[in-house]
Amino acid sequence: MISGNGKPFGSPQALLERAEAIRTERKAIKQEIRVCAGPGCIARGAKDIHKQFQSEIKSHAKELKAAGLELDATLSEKCTGCHGMCEAGPVVTLEPEGTFYTGVKPRDAKKIVEKTLLHDQLVDPLLYELGHQRGGGKAERYTDIPFYSLQVRVALRNVGVVDPTNFDDFLAEGGFKAFAKAVSEMTPEAVIDQVEESGLRGRGGAGFSTGRKWRGALRVKKDRVWLICNGDEGDPGAFMDRAIMEGDPYSVLEGMMIAAYALGATDAYIYVRHEYPLAVEHLQLAIDKLHTAGLLGDNILGTGMTLNIRISRGGGAFVCGESSALMRSLEGKVGEPRAKYVRSVEKGLHDEPTVLNNVETFTCVPAIIDKGAGWFASMGRDKSKGTKAFSLVGKVKHTGLIEVPMGRTLREIIYDIGGGIIDDRPFKAVQTGGPSGGCLPADKLDLPVDFDTLSRAGAMMGSGGMIVMDDHTCMVDVAKYFINFLIGESCGKCVPCREGLRQVYDLLDKITKGEGEDGDIEKIEKLCHTMEVASLCALGKSAPYPVTSTLKYFRDEYEEHIQNKVCRAGVCPSLIMYEINEDCTGCDICARHCPTEAITGIKKKMYTIDPEKCISCGICKSVCKFDAVDIKSGDKIVSRDAVA
Amino acid sequence: MSEAKTNETVHLTIDGREVDAPKGAMILDVARGMGIDVPSLCAHPGLEPFGACRLCVVEIQKPGWDDWYKQLVTSCLYPVEEGLKVWTDSDEVRQNRSVVLDLQMARVPESDYIRELGRQYGVEKTSYAERDTKDTCIMCTICVRACEAIGRSAIATLSRGPDKYVDVPNKDACIGCLVCASLCPTDAIPFTANDNGKRRIWDKEFDLVTDERTGEVLGTPEYLAHVQKRAEGNGLVWPETLKQESAKVKRYEYARKLSRVADVEDRLADEAK
Ligand SMILES: Cc1cc2nc3c(=O)[nH]c(=O)nc-3n(C[C@H](O)[C@H](O)[C@H](O)COP(=O)(O)O)c2cc1C
Ligand code: SF4
Ligand code: SF4
Ligand code: FES
Ligand code: FES
Repeated sequence: MISGNGKPFGSPQALLERAEAIRTERKAIKQEIRVCAGPGCIARGAKDIHKQFQSEIKSHAKELKAAGLELDATLSEKCTGCHGMCEAGPVVTLEPEGTFYTGVKPRDAKKIVEKTLLHDQLVDPLLYELGHQRGGGKAERYTDIPFYSLQVRVALRNVGVVDPTNFDDFLAEGGFKAFAKAVSEMTPEAVIDQVEESGLRGRGGAGFSTGRKWRGALRVKKDRVWLICNGDEGDPGAFMDRAIMEGDPYSVLEGMMIAAYALGATDAYIYVRHEYPLAVEHLQLAIDKLHTAGLLGDNILGTGMTLNIRISRGGGAFVCGESSALMRSLEGKVGEPRAKYVRSVEKGLHDEPTVLNNVETFTCVPAIIDKGAGWFASMGRDKSKGTKAFSLVGKVKHTGLIEVPMGRTLREIIYDIGGGIIDDRPFKAVQTGGPSGGCLPADKLDLPVDFDTLSRAGAMMGSGGMIVMDDHTCMVDVAKYFINFLIGESCGKCVPCREGLRQVYDLLDKITKGEGEDGDIEKIEKLCHTMEVASLCALGKSAPYPVTSTLKYFRDEYEEHIQNKVCRAGVCPSLIMYEINEDCTGCDICARHCPTEAITGIKKKMYTIDPEKCISCGICKSVCKFDAVDIKSGDKIVSRDAVA
Repeated sequence: MSEAKTNETVHLTIDGREVDAPKGAMILDVARGMGIDVPSLCAHPGLEPFGACRLCVVEIQKPGWDDWYKQLVTSCLYPVEEGLKVWTDSDEVRQNRSVVLDLQMARVPESDYIRELGRQYGVEKTSYAERDTKDTCIMCTICVRACEAIGRSAIATLSRGPDKYVDVPNKDACIGCLVCASLCPTDAIPFTANDNGKRRIWDKEFDLVTDERTGEVLGTPEYLAHVQKRAEGNGLVWPETLKQESAKVKRYEYARKLSRVADVEDRLADEAK
């Protein structure tokens, strides 16, 4: 059913009326089961859970009816996008109570139907364990879990709420209200004014004012302006844009449609990362629906507006997410960045004025138009307004997808939302901004997370990746890891990035191998400076940040590696030794696993490792059940897991 | 198109000298026009600016900027602006050029050309890890862009990052004109111009056509056919002189010729309107 009678909506009014009708109809729904079908939960069997619910509901139809629950009339069961807490998946929530079930298996569907739906009882083993948070115990609702209660969801407002393949669901949640408002009550200038006043800055990396970008394009526009949505999300470990495109495709499209109205754009692209087939599927489904509903194509909602949105599959490389490379790729050329002193709002795609924004940026727009610039600007701090989605990963207890108002401190995000460091080990650093972001140390934990504070500290907002590291992390090794990633992603066009990355890697590698010399740090710094100021695109310009930020905050660790040949984190194989301590019970397990037969001893007595034969593979340590294997670096024990 | 033909000029200062330059001109060309030596490796007068070698960097300051604030830009790509101040040889410029050349020296230890340039910026020996290779390609892609400009696109860059290299994915399209090899600043493309009436480049062997009257080599049959077709396509007979010159394989003549090919075509396009 499209517009209630199968015809395209002829006016904004008709659309709003239909949305109201759906909402009225849905007031009858007493219970809704939301099965998370985000990537994490699908991988753990969410689709089977969904099927099992359908069949349990069918087989319990009589009892359910007696309890006033009838599928599709008073009971709804659906798949949604990612709920954000993927590590605890598969996740199922029940509305309106907000019951939150984790680690759900298909066979649990029966229990949930019989206990919770029919008898109002919770299925205890599926409830979320709060651990040390909020006095421990189990959370009955997701609002009781700090991971959720401290979030404010704007960009992710419908992710985990709507069925991404269901247009009516989206309408019921207020979808297209903002677009209807824009085309019927606002001039294009008024739309741009609102977006600019809201303080919205691009969520894809550079943080440029979205309103200003749009105004800039309008100013130079001659015949046409292209509109592009950047859904390339090449940052490994980040999945904010994926969650939105897969879980709430209509909101991205609505944001693009409002932008198209404001800019008079008739052709738009959404460039989706190659590895996101489900995003492509959901977006295409949504685009097709919007065509039949009269919201895309010609004479949209009877207003005379024309807009076509096409999906383009990404080129597969990180650098393709860079705006000029993305445009080359859309033109069918090699996805290499182009040096530009002419802005792409003037000369972008096909050398014509082009507006390119990130998925999350576009998704914020309908909320701004609907609730007003003031509402958005009331969240956040300083020159960073609104909220920002992050993917929180690494050594933090609760990893996942979160959204908070700008200005929350790193500590709040890592300790309150993220629940702190795994095993309560000491926090060492957090890397923000993706592979070319910077690492911040413990004394920066109270920094508010916003665009400008992060860049002043030598890190960056980037697209919102956040990797938490504990004391078992070697910062030189971390820098080397990111540089290695970037080597694989550099397009190889300009010298500082192509050759510079290779040489920085070489120098870092030398240092981690204990072959560092005096002057290496200075050499690295000089090279990083040239990469930063003389590279062609932002990949090369920001590529040194993992190195410069660790040099800024963890310089002593570099020096230790070079001067004392010590890796205090016990990570760099050439600088560490394995040694067996007095806790050894002589169980012989390590000796049996050692690939070089470096471990000898008499059973039930203490074993020893021959340093000449040891290759520092660490297998002995991982198999020892008594914590009897220590890592030593420069005569000091650097790792004894039991002690924090 | 019509915009480019307006005679608008802008006024700027380069190394303390004031100059009027046509709007849209690049800093590199304007500076060189004033006799200032700005080094470059990937720029070529017959080709679109590319911005890959980063050797042509200069410092700029726009009117209204704080006095202390300057920005490093690539002069081959940066169009002149009213009131712009440019420094082509400041400490910051020299330092970054020396790092760039230092990196290039590590990339192509066998290239005399790069070694000489490096010396001009105080780099006698690279401070980085040298590649163990005889290859002297610095990835300026002049060859690739030139081959595309003459309408063949036989060669291309393959792979990415430090592994990027130039190869001939479209061997059939190669006409043995040697434009690529003759424009290469570091002589990185091996070829044989004339070995007993045969020419070799990119693993391909060509026959050669000689002028019956003078005995001069005119080029490969494929090259002559290509030139003729392009000329006829433009409704004109290709200038006889150009045809004859084509056998000479000297770097700078080819460079000039390439820009003349572009010139001739531009003129033809204009006349056609
Ligand atoms: C190497 C590189 C990769 C990038 N990848 C992405 C990406 O995956 N997604 C994205 O939205 N922006 C990415 N960007 C930023 C874009 O160039 C561009 O600034 C952004 O999409 C503009 O949209 P916004 O103003 O809404 O942030 C990348 C930039 C660089 C330098
Ligand atoms: S072969 Fe020569 S012209 Fe071609 S990219 Fe390499 S250095 Fe430049
Ligand atoms: S010789 Fe071949 S590869 Fe070189 S420019 Fe001519 S056609 Fe292109
Ligand atoms: S995929 Fe289910 S919570 Fe993320
Ligand atoms: S000449 Fe300007 S970057 Fe190479």
